[in-house]
Amino acid sequence: MRGDLGDFELVTARTLAEACDRVAEGYKPLAGGTDVMVLLSSGKLAHPKWVDISGVGELRQVRADEGTFEMGALTTYTGVRRHPLLSRELPMLAQAASETGGIAIQNRGTLGGNIGNASPAADSPPALLAYGAEVVLVSRRGERTVPYATFHTAYKCTVAAPDELVARILVPRGDPGRVHYYRKVGPRRAQAISKVCFAACADRDGARVRDVKIALGGVAPVPVRALEAERAIVAGEPVERVSEALGRAIAPIDDVRSNAAYRRRVADNLLRDFLRHVAHPS
Amino acid sequence: MRRLLDVLREDLALTGTKEGCGEGECGACAVLIDGQLVDSCLVPVAQVRGCEVTTIEGMADGDSLAVIQQAFIDHGGAQCGICTPGMILAARELLDRVSQPGEADIREALAGNICRCTGYTRIFESVLKAIELERRQVSGSAGAWSKPGASRAR
Amino acid sequence: MATNIGTSVPRREARAKVTGRARYVDDVVFPGMIHGITLRSTCARGRIQAIHFGEGIPWDEITVVTAKDIAHNVVALINDDQPALAAGFINHPEEPVVLLAHADRALLEKARAAVRIEVEPLPAVLTIEDALAKRTVVWGEDNVFKEYWIRKGDVDAALAQKDVLVFEGEYATGAQEQLYIEPNGMIAEVKANGGITVWGSMQCPYYIQKALMKLFDVPAEKARVVQMETGGGFGGKEEYPSILAVHAALLARKSGRPVKIIYDRAEDMAATTKRHPSRTLHRTAVTREGRLVALDIDFVVDGGAYSTLSQVVLSRGCIHAAGPYDVDHIRIRARAVATNAPPHGAFRGFGAPQSLFALERHLDVIARQLGVAPEEMRRRNFIRQGQTLATGQVVRDDVEMSAMLDRALLASDWKARRARFAEENARGGPVRRGMGLATFLHGTGFTGSGEKHLASIVGAEGMADGRVRVLAASTEIGQGTSTIFAQIAADALGVGYDDVEVATPDTRDVPNSGPTVASRTCTIVGKLVEQAAASIKAQLLADGALTEPYDAPQLRAACARFVRELGPLRATAEYRQPSGMSWDDATFRGDAYGAYSWAVYVAQVAVDATTYEARCEEFWALQEVGKVIHPLLAAGQIEGGVAQGIGWTLFENVVWKDGRMSNDRMTDYIVPTSADIPPMHVLFEEQPYSGGPAGAKGIGELPMDGPGPAILNAIHDATGISLARLPATPEVIFAAMERARG
Repeated sequence: MRGDLGDFELVTARTLAEACDRVAEGYKPLAGGTDVMVLLSSGKLAHPKWVDISGVGELRQVRADEGTFEMGALTTYTGVRRHPLLSRELPMLAQAASETGGIAIQNRGTLGGNIGNASPAADSPPALLAYGAEVVLVSRRGERTVPYATFHTAYKCTVAAPDELVARILVPRGDPGRVHYYRKVGPRRAQAISKVCFAACADRDGARVRDVKIALGGVAPVPVRALEAERAIVAGEPVERVSEALGRAIAPIDDVRSNAAYRRRVADNLLRDFLRHVAHPS
Repeated sequence: MRRLLDVLREDLALTGTKEGCGEGECGACAVLIDGQLVDSCLVPVAQVRGCEVTTIEGMADGDSLAVIQQAFIDHGGAQCGICTPGMILAARELLDRVSQPGEADIREALAGNICRCTGYTRIFESVLKAIELERRQVSGSAGAWSKPGASRAR
Repeated sequence: MATNIGTSVPRREARAKVTGRARYVDDVVFPGMIHGITLRSTCARGRIQAIHFGEGIPWDEITVVTAKDIAHNVVALINDDQPALAAGFINHPEEPVVLLAHADRALLEKARAAVRIEVEPLPAVLTIEDALAKRTVVWGEDNVFKEYWIRKGDVDAALAQKDVLVFEGEYATGAQEQLYIEPNGMIAEVKANGGITVWGSMQCPYYIQKALMKLFDVPAEKARVVQMETGGGFGGKEEYPSILAVHAALLARKSGRPVKIIYDRAEDMAATTKRHPSRTLHRTAVTREGRLVALDIDFVVDGGAYSTLSQVVLSRGCIHAAGPYDVDHIRIRARAVATNAPPHGAFRGFGAPQSLFALERHLDVIARQLGVAPEEMRRRNFIRQGQTLATGQVVRDDVEMSAMLDRALLASDWKARRARFAEENARGGPVRRGMGLATFLHGTGFTGSGEKHLASIVGAEGMADGRVRVLAASTEIGQGTSTIFAQIAADALGVGYDDVEVATPDTRDVPNSGPTVASRTCTIVGKLVEQAAASIKAQLLADGALTEPYDAPQLRAACARFVRELGPLRATAEYRQPSGMSWDDATFRGDAYGAYSWAVYVAQVAVDATTYEARCEEFWALQEVGKVIHPLLAAGQIEGGVAQGIGWTLFENVVWKDGRMSNDRMTDYIVPTSADIPPMHVLFEEQPYSGGPAGAKGIGELPMDGPGPAILNAIHDATGISLARLPATPEVIFAAMERARG
């Protein structure tokens, strides 16, 4: 344990209003701790003031109305997996949750923490992007909703203002006939940070793809949508054109876990596999 | 922000919970909080106020070992033993959560607990045997045995 | 009346382990104890100019130790070239320079961050190729710690024969981190009279004692070493703990307080020993039918910055380099070279996995080129009783590798699966499957005259309650030492398993039975346990206290009465080299090992063309081991070793940056989880070896030798891609597939 506890202050917020006050005062939110506590242990936690929001009940709720799922920021991966509607209608999100860490991590890690931590290699963001999610940000100043597709701006940076908290994640409920394709490629089957993560959701009219969202993690400074590739698919372009378009949407790098050439190729392979799958979903 | 792991080991002298990595990767520090498996190196102790924390010390009932503990002894589930407390708690959580776990469930449930000695095979065997024994107890004749309730650390 | 050997009695310390009561070093707190940490260099090589202790730290409260505090600044091992703390020079980027101790660990971290070592960098050597090129010399005259040659027959003449085909190949293996789940740790206390005691996680108490005696210049009575419950070793706690022990003792001596040093995972991964990386060149002459005529092998291991145990790793590696085959002409040139990496050290297998990987991969490559089935290639060359290995050792075992091969092929359904996979692969689809095998041997005990030099001793003594206590320095590190010693002694005495106690390895109480390494604990030391226990029985019979036939309670009663009325009941057994064994250290000829275990391993692998991941789907490990003392423990050793082998082959990649392991956390150094390990089938065969207890041979390291080549051979079978290096990560497989597409 390399962190010096004396350098840190932890306060507790019992309500959302309290949490917003604290965040406005410069405290950062702490929920499941699966990112923050690792940094603390390794002596790399930079920010000194933390507010424990894990007790804010209203951030834990999951609601579903006719058109939308509303997931509180404190929804854990286990919470996603065990929710009968979420796991049935958003299978990519449930799959992402089941492939994040192991059971112990899933019991604590939260969706709000995951997107707030803004790692480009995180497992849920591609699924959320492919489902067209929105993020509700809250502060003392009020609430605002942003498309998740605009949430991540640069490596580890988001549109959230310093005094804002992720409160809820909204995901539109889709057509039951839509095609879901999610694949995380990591160094092993569990407890792994992904090298490439691919999520795609398509609505079809018979054989034709009417609408598709494709999102990837691990291949750019932020989780990305492959907008040009999506348009190419809907326009009925040949696979090679779609592939080229995808290639332009990503900027993979060499790092301690993998290399750019591998990531680029695997992303392309997953795209092609998705296109085969969408032509013959089974 | 003090880690629950350190409070258990240092303040409460419950050293059965181990530190293997400090990054939530190895599972040697796993405990149950209100019955849910967590890595205690990732939990600020402030967050367990009002919760029930179960450590390996809470698994046996006095001198009477829990079924899962005895199964680990009988089927070679422990070699060096350092991963064993976390592994047993992960197995306990599985048995509490899934009524008839198969091998795939076991692999998944234990995937957050790294063992470097056993290659996992004997651990799976131990858990499968424990499942079988507990099922027999529950459905069995004389209710002489009860599921390990375990004394808890608060 | 052997009733314990061969049965799976409960592991001696199992109850303590499953209840969390087993006490590992970090579970223990001494009154007045303070903590120690280590400040290390960050550059691979350089000259220390100055050490600056920064502002804002209460230095007067902190115990500080540097090389200046050490009269005999050496960590005793073989060559004594490694200082306990760097004095003038830095030779690797994790070299310990300053030790600090204080009660407050958080303060220590701040203090460590406030120390700056001013180093004038020097050119460093970071690869085997650079070391051999000798443009920069970082050790001795030529960067070579040691060189051995093994010669049999006339390789040059054989290579020049007209009717042979010659195949060349180059193979390499990477470093591997032992990753015991309990990191290294030690507690030291130094009394006013200079007496030192250390407690900790270790495999070899007497190695540590020797290091303490040398550095502190004290006699054995003043250097007591006590092993605590140890959470895994695999070689990583063979020689490294001596460094940690002298560090803790230095701080304890200077502070006057007990000092505990526990490495956190990052420090343990980056700074302590790893498996020696290797590079092997093969040049092989074969007949068209695949009969081996000559093996010309150049084997090099990277020892890192100091010599440590590299010459012994080298010796085991080169002796195993020619495998379990009958070959008339063999030449092996073996070198251990120095680089500026943190010193590499013992890791299960100890050179043999590296050299056997190269050979077993090479044979498959040759087989394919000749159009011979890989299993037939092996069969045509298996050595048999009466024939000689590379060092000229005559094989005494009545080993039938061909029959073992048949049983392994049957168990794995080899032919049918290969045929089915060939058909499925041809149909296209994202997954390609294949089968691969490896056939090999592993020597038991120290090489050559090593066991003679160790001169191991085991003791036994009667206790007042009538039980018998076994006294040995061999440590329980998960492999089952305490359990099998109790079984062996109980059978030798004719008593029950619980009538035998196994003493904690404490140098104050137990004789030196040698290190817990080299697959020697069951065979070499176990045999001594058997003899010492038999000697206790003999004394009771000779004394008339006991008459045959007797039962266990009678022996216990006789023992208790003897101890009560006559005094100590003790016996020792000392190693004697089996007659007929001879070894020449200068020529590396003769009987390298008293016994060999023999094995055939088979892997089924699936390669995913979308992600380039190779996945081992099923594994068969068949081995002949003399005698299985404890079926559950023995299977556990094989399964655990195979899992480590799978890790080394497919997952574990040390990413080096400027000589340092940059992926020094478990998030980034990938070992297999339960979701990654395939179903494993373990099959034992027994041909008793007279030098082992009940005929047992060693098994601890054997399972590391097979998975690497078996899996890469399976990948070759599945995809046609021939890989020559470990690990075969998806990135490596992808790059190879791209090259093949050309």
